Amino acid sequence: MSGARAAAGFEDPDRAGPAGGSGQHQPAAERAAGGLLSKRIVVGYGFWIFLLSDIVMFSAFFATYAVLVDETAGGPSGRDLFNLTNVAIETACLLASSFTCGLASIAARTRDAPWFHLAMAVTFVLGVAFVSLEAREFAGMVARGAGPTRSAFLSAFFTLVGCHGLHVSAGLLWLLTMMAQVFAKGFRADILRRILCFSLFWHALDIIWVALFTVVYLMGAGQ
Amino acid sequence: MLGKLSWSAIPFDQPIPMVASGVVAVAILGVLAGVFLKGWFPYLWRQWITSVDHKRIGVMYVVLAMVMLLRGFADAIMMRAQQAFAFQSQGYLPPEHYDQIFSAHGTMMIFFVAMPFMIGLMNFVVPLQLGARDVAFPTLNSVGFWLTATGALLVNISLVVGEFARTGWLPYPPLSEIAYSPGVGVDYYLWALEISGAGTLLSGINLVTTVLKIHAPGMTYLRMPMFCWTALAANLLIVAAFPILTATLAMLLLDRYLGFHFFTNEAGGNVMMFMNLIWAWGHPEVYILVLPAFGVFSEVISTFSRKPLFGYRSMVMATMAICILSFTVWLHHFFTMGAGADVNAIFGIASMIIAVPTGVKVFNWLFTMYGGRVVYSTAMLWSLGFMVTFLIGGMTGVLLAVPPADFVLHNSLFLVAHFHNVIIGGVLFGGFAGYNYWFPKAFGFRLHDGLGRASFWCWIVGFYVAFMPLYVLGLMGMTRRMQHYDVPEWRPWLLVAAVGAVIILAGIVLQIAQLVVSIRRREALRDTTGDPWDGRSLEWATASPPPAFNFAVLPRIEGRDAYWVIKRRAREQPGGGTPETGYADIEMPRNSPTGFICAFFATIMGFALIWHIWWMVALAFAGAYATFVMFAWRDRDEDIIPAELVARIDRAYLAARGAAGSLP
Amino acid sequence: MGLAPLLSACKADVLDPAGPIGLAEKTILIDSVAIMLAIVVPTIAAIAGFAWWFRASNTRATYLPYWAYSGRIEMIVWGIPALVIILLGGVAWIGSHQLDPAEPLVSDTPPLEVQAVSLDWKWLFIYPAQGIATVNQLVMPAGVPVHFTLTSGSVMNAFFIPRLGSMIYTMNGMTTQLNLRADAAGVFRGQSSHFSGDGFSDMHFDARAVPAAQFAAWIEAARGTGPVLDANSYAAVAKQTTAPEPITMRLLDPDLFQKIVTRALPPGPGPVAGRPDASVPSRSER
Repeated sequence: MSGARAAAGFEDPDRAGPAGGSGQHQPAAERAAGGLLSKRIVVGYGFWIFLLSDIVMFSAFFATYAVLVDETAGGPSGRDLFNLTNVAIETACLLASSFTCGLASIAARTRDAPWFHLAMAVTFVLGVAFVSLEAREFAGMVARGAGPTRSAFLSAFFTLVGCHGLHVSAGLLWLLTMMAQVFAKGFRADILRRILCFSLFWHALDIIWVALFTVVYLMGAGQ
Repeated sequence: MLGKLSWSAIPFDQPIPMVASGVVAVAILGVLAGVFLKGWFPYLWRQWITSVDHKRIGVMYVVLAMVMLLRGFADAIMMRAQQAFAFQSQGYLPPEHYDQIFSAHGTMMIFFVAMPFMIGLMNFVVPLQLGARDVAFPTLNSVGFWLTATGALLVNISLVVGEFARTGWLPYPPLSEIAYSPGVGVDYYLWALEISGAGTLLSGINLVTTVLKIHAPGMTYLRMPMFCWTALAANLLIVAAFPILTATLAMLLLDRYLGFHFFTNEAGGNVMMFMNLIWAWGHPEVYILVLPAFGVFSEVISTFSRKPLFGYRSMVMATMAICILSFTVWLHHFFTMGAGADVNAIFGIASMIIAVPTGVKVFNWLFTMYGGRVVYSTAMLWSLGFMVTFLIGGMTGVLLAVPPADFVLHNSLFLVAHFHNVIIGGVLFGGFAGYNYWFPKAFGFRLHDGLGRASFWCWIVGFYVAFMPLYVLGLMGMTRRMQHYDVPEWRPWLLVAAVGAVIILAGIVLQIAQLVVSIRRREALRDTTGDPWDGRSLEWATASPPPAFNFAVLPRIEGRDAYWVIKRRAREQPGGGTPETGYADIEMPRNSPTGFICAFFATIMGFALIWHIWWMVALAFAGAYATFVMFAWRDRDEDIIPAELVARIDRAYLAARGAAGSLP
Repeated sequence: MGLAPLLSACKADVLDPAGPIGLAEKTILIDSVAIMLAIVVPTIAAIAGFAWWFRASNTRATYLPYWAYSGRIEMIVWGIPALVIILLGGVAWIGSHQLDPAEPLVSDTPPLEVQAVSLDWKWLFIYPAQGIATVNQLVMPAGVPVHFTLTSGSVMNAFFIPRLGSMIYTMNGMTTQLNLRADAAGVFRGQSSHFSGDGFSDMHFDARAVPAAQFAAWIEAARGTGPVLDANSYAAVAKQTTAPEPITMRLLDPDLFQKIVTRALPPGPGPVAGRPDASVPSRSER
């Protein structure tokens, strides 16, 4: 079987391994499969496409929220529930964390491990603060009988804001993983690409948050 | 301990699913035993299951599609048989069973036959046509495939453990809410599609990036083969539409699992929101299915007319127009919801507008044949059959786009006939054409042509016999999804339709025969040159099957129909072959079990979510995350194929091509 | 024997309308198909013709190996479908407005008001002005327009009498509107045309158009003795059963329909009465 395939021109790529040891392999120019563009460009491009798809998903939740915003089923509405001070603090935390994430990217580019880890740690703390404040807000609403099962409006609110919070939580998990990777393996090319993707993700969540607090909290509390 | 799962989930008292699953279990065990006894497991694990090679993944997608075609077609035969019998009688399938069968039929055919078929062809062909070595993200490609397989597996498990959804292939609330569907059926549907939808989205991101960013030198966008353009359009649609499906099904899951009120009857839920969201995904979905098929026909018709595709730029514009317009027509799926005359009219007109670029494509294929030398290969027969059949299906579609016409035909068998007309005539015929056309490239030998033609004729005759009566039945007022009926005038037409299904079955049997006979006679059907059809595009410029790295030296592109240009140049200046620059080392991505293992945990997680086994959900999630981290931790991403090996492989290919007398 | 099916197709309900809405829709159907066939038939002929004439073995056919563009053909190929679509678009615009289900019929006689409720798996028709209600039986005076206000007492359905014309969805918590008329006396098959569960196939009813005097007599008889439709009997009717025989009832509360729409009378329960249970068996209990 392998003989026939070899005759047809196919060889077992697992037999074609590197001659030397692993870990030393650093190709001169990191080319993607087509041979023209660098991997960093291709990976960044692909991740942007993923972010666009994620924004489409958020749009579906936004649209649903807009349709259901008045369906309070006799229960509390946004005006009754939203605490804009809390939202302002959350926003400050998230925006600041984007700034520190940017610092971390710069540190990565200059291969400065201590500053990288510091900036990432601060980003993590600010992100945890955001998620904690949001979790506290949700718990408070549930305790007051304004949980997601109370009305369609509340279902839409918890889902939209909660989806963003889940993304932030996943991002925090990713952040810790990136710190561990840099700690274990340094600023290798593929790890730098992942840091690029992570920071794109983190900034995108920031942008979505701006849309979110405008549409949900500012417009909701002002009704 | 095991959530809702208990022995009562297995329908021991229902003979049909017990027998069916028994047969399937025996077949699977037989295959596994055969593979084990022949010692093929290591080969299969190393070369296929853990492969990140787009060619391998493409083949696996198509294999999945074909196996699921048999499964979905079994449902179809059962449905036709039931409706043939159930005149003033309950037939042989009680409603709770019949309802699962038509729901599973639609779900499987769309998500696990049509989608994987098209995605498989695109995965296999697009990098070759672009002159690339692989897609942009090979490991992600593997993950995407195995997650799709997970979805298919979960739907099939529902046959024997629990039940499937009884709502139709789109689970409209409130019927799909927990109040009216308290069983696990809708949950099977939802989790299977959330998981496979994630896989499809990964595939979409991959192929968009590949088409836009991974080209051989000189391959500008307007020199890409038409199949790459339609692949781009379809995958842009995937990226833009599938997140809507993910969100909508997630909302239904939240309603069912956590008591939310998105679409419930009480507390302010809005079923119209579901309709709008699901069809905002659903309409682009059908263009995701048909655009790659259009691409296949462009390739096949051009090759077997021995002429370039007529009106290439026009085709590109039409393709991108269809891509954008497909997002503007979704309301035509529910004209009868009562949105009002203005809204209905606008969406009706938009739906007609999208017929214009589609018509342009048909005419361009027509004029590709004009002045050509048409060869009636099996792939060409499928293309000709498509052109006629799709015209009729498109016509009935434009008819349904006129709201007052839809007011009397919506949800009738007329509608069922229309969408089978365009999906079978368009997507499935395109898949079969692509299968016959690219099979030699994938496996190194052609498919038997005589059996291919015979299967085509059975399929096309069977299709018309099965579905033309449904148009008539729709005009007679018969609605879809009826488990029994009492109108005598309907019966003869349903009997004819059942006969049509049997003729299609003959077509399927002939296709299986074609495959078996071709494998046994593969030496006689061997493709030694890599170019069995005198093709025009780059996939034919390498061996059949191609080496792992596709091209020893990336080709230099100098025009549209790149390989035709290369062949003509070689005819004018003979003596080429060995590249002037010599051979270099090639880096190829390493195989990885990540995709398979992630999907393994996804299957467990899906099953556990369906049956409310929460500890298993947590464990499976942890396992998936650990797999991802382990993958991220590996030090070596690539293997190097040394230049001497590349040279040896390429020289063998060039020698075989030269020996056969065909041109480099 | 072979002719009978063909003849029955000629009498297909949608093509054999018994009222003005259905007649207008049939006209649109036939006109649209005719317009499109004017393109589709020549195109199919051309496909067959080109594929056959330019077959490889035909040495008489001219081989144009590089001919892949013609501006004139492009103009025709984009232009003719565009013109057809403009024509059909006009048909769609005018037809959508004239035949909008909520658009009242032009008539001298005031319409009969019928309130329709889709339930699992039967139809409830309420005649608020006449004080009666029926299950799976719709009686109306011939030649008089009927204005339906529809809702659902459970899941989504669609109300459809093929020989009279347009169908319309029914949804819980909302009302939809439909206007139809039967021009002459007759019995017409009515059904639900949106799948709603295991008993869906039994959700058909007879729509009878009768002369005005006969209609008045039927109302009188129904208002006499017989079961009453109130909150309790509505709850019984809303359970998941089919209704093999039509039922006629008296209606004492003219606001009953409104209570169904506003969910003062809650929607019908699903397969298990009350809250869903984690160990619900897979088959519905009826």
